[in-house]
Amino acid sequence: MVATTHDVMPDIELYQPTDEANALSLASTLGEDGWLLAGGQDTYGWLKDRNKSPAAMIELTKIDAWKGVRETANGIEIGALTTLTEIINDPLIKSRYGLLSMAASRVASPQIRNVGTLAGNLAQDARCWYYRRGLDCYRAGGNLCYADAPESLNREHALFGQSRCVAVSPSDTAPALVALDATLVISSERGQRRVAAEDFFVGPAVDIEHMTILRPGEILTSVLLPNSWANAEFYFEKVADRNVWDFALVSVAAAMKVSDGTIQDARLACGAVEAKPRRLTAVESALRGKPRNEATANQVASIATQGARPLNYNHFKVPLMENLVKRAIRG
Amino acid sequence: MNPKLTRRRFIKGVIASGVAVSSTSLWYSARGQSRPPGAVERMIRINVNGQTRTVDVAPNETLASTLRYKLSLTGTKLGCNRGECGACTVLIDDVPNYACSILTHSVKDQRIETVEGLESPNGDLHPVQQAFIEELSPQCGYCTPGQIMSAVGLLRANPNPTRDDVRHGLSGNICRCGAYESYIRGVLRAAEIG
Repeated sequence: MVATTHDVMPDIELYQPTDEANALSLASTLGEDGWLLAGGQDTYGWLKDRNKSPAAMIELTKIDAWKGVRETANGIEIGALTTLTEIINDPLIKSRYGLLSMAASRVASPQIRNVGTLAGNLAQDARCWYYRRGLDCYRAGGNLCYADAPESLNREHALFGQSRCVAVSPSDTAPALVALDATLVISSERGQRRVAAEDFFVGPAVDIEHMTILRPGEILTSVLLPNSWANAEFYFEKVADRNVWDFALVSVAAAMKVSDGTIQDARLACGAVEAKPRRLTAVESALRGKPRNEATANQVASIATQGARPLNYNHFKVPLMENLVKRAIRG
Repeated sequence: MNPKLTRRRFIKGVIASGVAVSSTSLWYSARGQSRPPGAVERMIRINVNGQTRTVDVAPNETLASTLRYKLSLTGTKLGCNRGECGACTVLIDDVPNYACSILTHSVKDQRIETVEGLESPNGDLHPVQQAFIEELSPQCGYCTPGQIMSAVGLLRANPNPTRDDVRHGLSGNICRCGAYESYIRGVLRAAEIG
């Protein structure tokens, strides 16, 4: 096996379907033994570290029907296998849904955005390093959380919704899609189902081993953005230790409909504070009918962090989140 | 010592004679299943630096591995092998990508360009290479092939970048010596040389 000692990739089979039916049939036949491969930027780490051992990869990026941006009667449809770079540069997304472009432009590094896809960014697994290390934690099917012991390093972990597991949603585009009220289309051999972006993600109280509702045999194939939030006022900000590569410590995505200086409607979501993007519904209702300015921001932002339960090393996320929400509101 | 038996040649010989048995097929047979048809063929043709090369590529093989160990294009460096350093950056259809984090099979229909392909046939260096020499951009040099490929990709998309464009364009490449400033100067000079 000399030839393979040069590469840390484990032996694994590869399928490259070029049409939808073939891909869905492979996903269904292989089930849990099949690994959906898009840009691979989450995949290869798992495989190289031998912490996940699927038997085969099903590469989805050769299927043109699942790529590109199209205009529809109700808004736009983005093929879920569209790369992040394409999303950043797409004229339709940039002009009407700039929030998503902004969020995509803050993901990882240029090379990763060149190959990483929207589906991959949304469906990537938790980045908790105890879990990534291959430890037998709750999320990995064990009965322990290594990130929430007294001496655990949990600076990057959750403020909300902890339930045995304290990992956070690592995606930058996820809070943007929640704020834009996106609908995700999930395909399988049995047909399609559509879910609101907020309902696509699940916390550990609901399902501790999965970050999303995707099940074996299912593929996230497109993302629909509704006309109702096109050209709203947008704000996105991500705070991370490094500006490149790093995952968010806290991120905020906001969409607001403002007329004559008054907020008619608003949708806000924060990333990296919970296992799913945290939609700030209480903040949203408090904002309706108020002017979009500093005073409103100061008055409302503290609602965002109500109920936060910081861990040993992530108390800093509470004021950080509050300040980001403040900046999102005042614009 | 046999003058023809260099270290690299020896290693290549060992690689060529190594028998790689795919344990994937064993995995399936052990479970009494037949694997679904349609898995990738190993013998493929890939376009590297303008040449079509026929290579035996395992389904799990990364592009960095194929380039370095099958095609002897060792200019593409492996730093972290996790898409976190940029040393393995190559161009795929003119776009910078981490060769360690992409499968060779994924890019078999695309144009792959490595640092070895930049020199013109008459031996002239690429403007980015020339500018990096003039600006003394590299320090230890390990990240340089990756920095060069990112810079070439940037300049093809944007021939007249601002300093900020260059910072962003090279932001996916780590330099452990911290020679970022001289790399930025190098790219800006390369844009002037054209």
